[in-house]
Amino acid sequence: MSIDLKTIKHIAKLSRISIDDKKAKELEKDLNSIFEFIEALNKVDTKKVDPLTSIVETSLKLRGDEVKTKNIREQILKNSPDENKDFFVVPKVVE
Amino acid sequence: MSDIINLTLSALINKIKKKELSSQEITNAYIARAEKSKDLNTYITTDFENAIEKAKKFDEKGNFDYKLPGIPIAVKDLFCTNNLKTTAGSKILSNFIPSYESTVTQHLWDEGAILLGKLNCDEFAMGSSNETSFFGNVESPVGKKVVPGGSSGGSASALAAKLTPTTIGTDTGGSIRQPASFTGTVGLKPTYGSCSRYGIVAFASSLDQAGPMTQDVSDAALMLDVISKYDTKDSTSVNFKRGDYFKSLSSNIKGKKIGIPKEYRVDGMAKEIESLWQDGITLLKKLGAKIIDISLPHTKYALPAYYIVAPAEASSNLARYDGVKYGYRSEGENLISMYENTRSEGFGDEVKRRIMIGTYVLSSGYYDAYYLKAQKIRRLIKNDFDEAYKSVDAILTPSTPSSAFKIGDKTDDPVSMYLNDIFTVPVNLSGLPAISIPAGKDKNNYPLGLQLIGKAFEEQNLLDISYSMEKELSFKNNLQDWWI
Repeated sequence: MSIDLKTIKHIAKLSRISIDDKKAKELEKDLNSIFEFIEALNKVDTKKVDPLTSIVETSLKLRGDEVKTKNIREQILKNSPDENKDFFVVPKVVE
Repeated sequence: MSDIINLTLSALINKIKKKELSSQEITNAYIARAEKSKDLNTYITTDFENAIEKAKKFDEKGNFDYKLPGIPIAVKDLFCTNNLKTTAGSKILSNFIPSYESTVTQHLWDEGAILLGKLNCDEFAMGSSNETSFFGNVESPVGKKVVPGGSSGGSASALAAKLTPTTIGTDTGGSIRQPASFTGTVGLKPTYGSCSRYGIVAFASSLDQAGPMTQDVSDAALMLDVISKYDTKDSTSVNFKRGDYFKSLSSNIKGKKIGIPKEYRVDGMAKEIESLWQDGITLLKKLGAKIIDISLPHTKYALPAYYIVAPAEASSNLARYDGVKYGYRSEGENLISMYENTRSEGFGDEVKRRIMIGTYVLSSGYYDAYYLKAQKIRRLIKNDFDEAYKSVDAILTPSTPSSAFKIGDKTDDPVSMYLNDIFTVPVNLSGLPAISIPAGKDKNNYPLGLQLIGKAFEEQNLLDISYSMEKELSFKNNLQDWWI
């Protein structure tokens, strides 16, 4: 199986990464060589095998839904790429 | 001053406790050496002024009962440090200043350690040679233009070059053990769930684990005592009874059963690696261990499975870098193009590749064929180890299939780079602890490492075996300080 240029552009779109045609061609080459390597897995019969989803196979612990840190608006906003002191600002999304 | 930087962590602690050295003397010695070692490019961010201030405070009224009293330590730049820039080696986090501290680094400061600064690493810990960092390549002190390994390459290089007495790294597929092997240092990846992942920039959450990188095995035991603790802030942290690793260290390994997996004898493995492994086996026999041939039949599928599982988790973890709440932002004409431009400019090539692989294997129509398949293979790999551990206490393998290579040698071919981790990746997939210890040198005088893999939560056993081997190996790096 090989991944074509159209698929590469589709994956880039899904990944929210803009790529030009040159980059897409590079990625086509790289991803195909990586997937060729990955295809080895098809040799293994896994019909009767359960997937391993986590190494720590215990159920997650419950905890009370309590506020532990308060008044940290300034801390949270200090790394915001936009200078606004009250909100995170993004380009307009509603016309 | 040259005496200070040649001391192991445990020796420094003894000197400080006996008041033969002050924290300021030690801190200044490491800072002075780091200032002269900039060519190695180990640091992304230094915090030297604060370190000197903290050392002064420690000397005035420090607690000498701490496990790391007044000891300066630099850490991998993947651990969030409160009020100190944390970049993960990426442009997208190049301006990120955390407002909280990772649990593991907090444990260091709680035991009296002093932060020197943040060490270079592959971008988001994705790489095996420290060549994917936005902040440039790191050179290894073992040779000019030689890679230190990765992703904890800055940590390994700084430790081997004696710019920090010890350090901590993270290991998702070998990122502590492989660079330790390349630089002649000790690297321990603890059992998954031992050290909290809270505040560590996430790469692949089911595989990531923090661990110590040290000059010798006792230092690794000492550091593990400090950083291995249950943490409610990490939902996969395991509340098991931890050992008193440093105090319990024993070099008596008579009767221990060590497995030698035939599948690790891979095609094209360098001869010197094969003989290193044989010498390791001979040494273990001499120390009274029993050698048992074992089989881990699914070993060859570990790397392909890893390159589905790790990118899948990474693509999901790295979705948070969108230019909205923190980090680098590039403008766009609308929200989507702002996201796309930010991520395109903010991530480097290897990170983009892995996000794309991950997105693909998780996308509709391919999930079963790739992601689910890889998780099933992961089960088979873990079963192999479970089966083997019915008859052995630990497993001995080489740490890497080759010694360190030159900068630029493998950057054009991602798969050849990935093959570096062939012996380390199965351990992460199975959540097991493993340690790499320096065991010999190749024809260029570059270090070679042996890996011991243990049973889950039995770090003491691993430390004891490697401690007994280390005594006999008496490995010395003998670096010539060519970079100063």
